[in-house]
Amino acid sequence: MTKKKGLLDFLSENKFIHILLSVVLGFLVGAIFLVAMGLPVGAAYGKLIDSVTSVSGFSNVIVYGVPYIVAGLSVAFSFKTGVFNIGAEGQFVMGSIAAAVVGILCGGLPKWILIPLCFLAAMAAGAIWGCIVALLKTQRGINEVLSMIMFNWIAFYLSNFIAGLPGIKNTGSTEATQNISDNAMLQLSKEFTKAHGLANTSNWGILVAIFVMLLVWFIIEKTTLGYELKAVGSNKYAAEYGGINVNRSIFVSLAISGALAGLAGALLLMGRGKRVSIFSAQEGYGFAGIVVALIGCSNPFGVFVAGLFYGALMFGGSKLTLVKSAAGKSIPSQLTSVIIGTVVFFISISVIFRYIKYLKIRRHKPDAASAAKG
Amino acid sequence: MTDFLNTLGIMLYATLIYTAPLLYAALGSCFSEVSGVVNIGIEGMMTAGAFAGTVVAYFTGNPWVGFLCGGLAGAFFGMLHAIATVRLGADQTIAGTAINMLGPGIVIMIGMVVFGSTDSAPLNAAQKIPKLFTGVFDTATAFGRFMDNVFATYASTYLVFLVALLVWFIFYKTRFGLRLRACGEHPQACETLGINVIRMRFLCVCISGFLSGLGGACVTMAISTQFRPISIVGQGFIAIAAVIFGKFRPQGALIGCLLFGFCSGLKVVLGGSSGVNMQLLSMIPYVVTVIVLVLFVGKSHVPSANGKPYIKSK
Repeated sequence: MTKKKGLLDFLSENKFIHILLSVVLGFLVGAIFLVAMGLPVGAAYGKLIDSVTSVSGFSNVIVYGVPYIVAGLSVAFSFKTGVFNIGAEGQFVMGSIAAAVVGILCGGLPKWILIPLCFLAAMAAGAIWGCIVALLKTQRGINEVLSMIMFNWIAFYLSNFIAGLPGIKNTGSTEATQNISDNAMLQLSKEFTKAHGLANTSNWGILVAIFVMLLVWFIIEKTTLGYELKAVGSNKYAAEYGGINVNRSIFVSLAISGALAGLAGALLLMGRGKRVSIFSAQEGYGFAGIVVALIGCSNPFGVFVAGLFYGALMFGGSKLTLVKSAAGKSIPSQLTSVIIGTVVFFISISVIFRYIKYLKIRRHKPDAASAAKG
Repeated sequence: MTDFLNTLGIMLYATLIYTAPLLYAALGSCFSEVSGVVNIGIEGMMTAGAFAGTVVAYFTGNPWVGFLCGGLAGAFFGMLHAIATVRLGADQTIAGTAINMLGPGIVIMIGMVVFGSTDSAPLNAAQKIPKLFTGVFDTATAFGRFMDNVFATYASTYLVFLVALLVWFIFYKTRFGLRLRACGEHPQACETLGINVIRMRFLCVCISGFLSGLGGACVTMAISTQFRPISIVGQGFIAIAAVIFGKFRPQGALIGCLLFGFCSGLKVVLGGSSGVNMQLLSMIPYVVTVIVLVLFVGKSHVPSANGKPYIKSK
């Protein structure tokens, strides 16, 4: 059947157009909300753009974006392999606190040993958190979404507990750990950031993010392991029939995904955070990772861009409250949640084009069948 | 003995208090999941309900109008989810994630404009959901005090158990319930029998939003007195967990929520008396859930068509 390529085909085949359209709609809906609340749209979006396009602003976007990129890569990796890693939040938290403990207790070590050690500790902690869930699933058949939600909270309280231990906790009144040793920090030198007008939290984290992006792409696209994981992700039964050990695959997938989420936690700490606070509510980096993976279509390169986009909105959003309307009301930073939420919402619906096309094909079938009969 | 009764009373009270919002949301989640639509947006719907309930109660002075509006706000986001997933065949997990961002984002933005702060104004006693059975029990006796401790709680807490009974009845004793369950197992078969799967699922997702909204409103209008951005932190996900724990049955979800509520009550009581670290105690509900799962529950049957968009074929 030869058919002319219509608009529908174009839209259904071009993911990039979908996402772009969703982003535009996200900002549009954000604008509608601003107007409905009597807040200045131009000033708000102006501030958002201004704060991320200057040199120091963009370096801040990168600094903010790195943990989101790596958390997004973690979730994207799990998506590719057929597991929904809603537990990235807990793995992130475990990575962060593990790196903090190493960064505080082994603070005397030289930079070139301490930094890899922190990374390893964080990745191990995240991987363990992922593996526990995988074991529960493969050995006892326990739904992974359920146990991940539980382990997110166990990680949260465990991190708070560890952060409050003597020897780890800050000696002052702040409810947080001590600052990790400067030798564990990834930051660029003060002279360099000043000379180039960069944000003073600028760090090497982005190079790690780029490396992880390439690594994830390589594992998924170029290795046997990646092929097996993907096969399980697309059809578990077919993969099993083809001789792939499905349980092992789920285990490996969650171990890698967990290690990446843990690494993201370490990058936040060693790039920007410097210490882990005792929180009263989950920070949501892991959940943000899910959003980033979705916006990036689980493609490593897409996730990289989506992570920067997310970082830009988070950093820009934090500056929004500085804008005041004529009535003296400030712009709520939640505007960015509305924008991102709308973007994700439309990304989910954009599948519609594919379904409409599918329906059209289905509709043709009965005709063909009756024609054959006649 | 008196001390023991007092402690037990406080613990049961805490159990009821913690169970109620979870159970509203979990029953909601049952509707959606059993009809075949994954609803991970419960958290966002609860937040919307929590905010709307508080604001309406604050401005009208009537807690029940507020409570209802909380449900309706949840239902609105439920409808958004339904439009995307049921009508337009969207990926259910992605749409739910979007709802979790949109719900809190929108209501906190509105809150900033209405109250000039992310927190709502606090409700006074008349605007809160009333307590039942206050003064019914004679607090002079130890047993009376025990009963007063346990039962002098908010009306919304009792209502949820009635709702649970109602949901169980609908699921297993009505034609609607049979159809609902069938939609989640084999939508194509339903369609051939003349059941409108799309309409069933749409309705169920809206109901799930409504009940989640009530759950959220129950947090801010009964347990606490105001809406804050951290009013709803994770309860929606716990509710989903309770449903999976309960093998996608309302009565199972009830047990899951009660277990969770009881462990939270245990945490409160132990936190007051023993010197154990509060952070470690806070882990109890989550750890116990995992242990119970490993030892007693094991694998749960997910409705066969759960998560798969249903496309009506011609």
